[in-house]
Amino acid sequence: MEKNDSVLLSIQDLNFKFTLRGQVLHAIRGISLDVYKGESLAIVGESGSGKSVLVKTLMGLNDQNGYIESGKILYNGQDLATFTTDKQWQAIRGREIAMVLQDPMTSLNPLKTIGWQIKEALELHQNLHGAAADAAVCELLAEVGIPDPQRRAKQYPHEFSGGMRQRVVIAIAMACRPKILICDEPTTALDVTIQAQILGLIKQMQKKYDLTTIYITHDLGVVANVADRIAVMYAGDIVEVGSCAEVFYDPRHPYTWALLSSLPQLGVKGEPLYSIEGTPPNLFHEVRGDAFAPRNPQALKIDFVKRPPMFAVSPTHSARTWLLDPRAPKVEPPEHIRVLREKGRALKLTGEGTANA
Amino acid sequence: MPDTRKKLLELDHVRVQFGKKRRPFVAVKDVSFDIYQGETFGLVGESGSGKTTIGRAIIRANPVAAGEIRFDGRRISGKLSAQEDRQVTRDIQMIFQDPMSSLNERAKVGYIVAEGLYAPGHHLTEDQRREKVAKALSDVGLLPEFASRFPHEFSGGQRQRIGIARALIMEPRFIVADEPISALDMSIRAQVLNLLSALQKERGLTYLFIAHDLSVVRFICDRIAVIHKGDIVELAESEQLFAHPLHPYTRALLSAIPQPDPIAERSKKLLVYDPACHDYTQDKPVWCEIEPGHFVLGNQKELDGYRESLAKAH
Repeated sequence: MEKNDSVLLSIQDLNFKFTLRGQVLHAIRGISLDVYKGESLAIVGESGSGKSVLVKTLMGLNDQNGYIESGKILYNGQDLATFTTDKQWQAIRGREIAMVLQDPMTSLNPLKTIGWQIKEALELHQNLHGAAADAAVCELLAEVGIPDPQRRAKQYPHEFSGGMRQRVVIAIAMACRPKILICDEPTTALDVTIQAQILGLIKQMQKKYDLTTIYITHDLGVVANVADRIAVMYAGDIVEVGSCAEVFYDPRHPYTWALLSSLPQLGVKGEPLYSIEGTPPNLFHEVRGDAFAPRNPQALKIDFVKRPPMFAVSPTHSARTWLLDPRAPKVEPPEHIRVLREKGRALKLTGEGTANA
Repeated sequence: MPDTRKKLLELDHVRVQFGKKRRPFVAVKDVSFDIYQGETFGLVGESGSGKTTIGRAIIRANPVAAGEIRFDGRRISGKLSAQEDRQVTRDIQMIFQDPMSSLNERAKVGYIVAEGLYAPGHHLTEDQRREKVAKALSDVGLLPEFASRFPHEFSGGQRQRIGIARALIMEPRFIVADEPISALDMSIRAQVLNLLSALQKERGLTYLFIAHDLSVVRFICDRIAVIHKGDIVELAESEQLFAHPLHPYTRALLSAIPQPDPIAERSKKLLVYDPACHDYTQDKPVWCEIEPGHFVLGNQKELDGYRESLAKAH
């Protein structure tokens, strides 16, 4: 994929904090991440890992008590981190970066018709009015796979099923012709059969409009389906980033190991599942060393003292763990990961590009 | 083989409906299945298919419009004597989906867990009650001290454990687990799943596990029933169901399971279920045991087709 070379959005050493009842919550702890043009990037993490905060920062949608402490968000020669007024953000929101939220029931206005809500976006961003806007609404609805758009445009959100509502939300996002589409858990509220359809629709839109998509999800099945690249987040930090095949078949960070091992799909019936003990750290307290160390039974001493840097495994793959330091002792990953690695090796012989295709 | 096992719960042509008598909304049409002692029975379906309604009918939160539910050989649907009622309430407990909304925010954990014991007929002193709460909490891997705290002080996984402790304190024999892990984070899911299966081994509990996530169901359940729009369309042992799904809806559901493996995930073929593919105008569908332990809903023509495909597979 030659498109991959150009960086569209670049996050550099971003720190984001919230002040809450006199305490400071360090939600994003020094993240650097590049988003390439035309790719689909998946950000994986548990709730509270900061993945939603990260993408909301890209659109200036965080709550008032949050602030960027340091770092840059470079997009189109502008530094979004310096934006302060809504007016500045209006030029970005929707037009450049649009978002599809998790729950289509709460992201649509129940008091307005679907057509009105799509038209609102068209009027604001494409300066379409009257009959032209109505025609565009029908076109958009048809495009996202809603049959009989003329009639459906006059209906209210409650007359649509969950999957249909999510299609409408995608139509609204597409009405602004954005360059980047952020999907925040786009399928969590949907049934499995519908889930696959919605993912297919987003992919189709991506191809058609040459979109760059950022998925936020905790469902590794969704990630495996859509992502070109994966960033794994834990406690406000990206602990591992790599291509889809690299993260799934050759993960390096103990947290990624644990995450992949604890999936019931890989479990053996009748035996306990691999489980991660404990809970994620409290970000009100400054985290020392590797944030995952207290839950990692194989943690090294240094993990508790010093924060590991990003070690590069390959040009596209890097992980924040001391295990990749040349001085680190050899720690064997759990059994499941070894199985996955074997699978990955077998694939590399037949050409690595298969999973990326 | 199934005859040697004891049937703990039997649903016999159960129908549940809501709304007015004149224009009822039938959520569960005509459902029959048995759950054996000590097994984990999975009930899978999309939202609105009636799976939770069945679970609630079993704990008697939803009245049964027709048919009968039997627990341990005795009828538990419809009117019961006060004593029977108390016994059944004790024996059948439920674990709810969302630990964030199923705990009383204004009550302390000790009270939430002990609430069932305050019902008349238990005659416990305050000390005995406290002891029981402490034991229930430590059984689910929490500290007994937590009894004096409020739910908001706990994380999602811990709150779900409180919900489990609340069910366990009644010493039930049967637990209806309604999507107990779907609201939890992935690293916490495994903890709760392990806890549920450890408790089952320890106490010989029987579970009805309601879920929409087939991969979890496959891992934890012995037998699975697939429900669609108030009808159970297929029922089989887990591995059998995954190896030889017969009903088109089951096949569509299985084809859509997200797999955490990029290659398998991208090469998967999606099947779409269209209810119009059944022609039930003349030939009415029947619930038929197509091979031992494997039930499927279909009319005679479809059943013949299923038999053929099974014969080919074996």
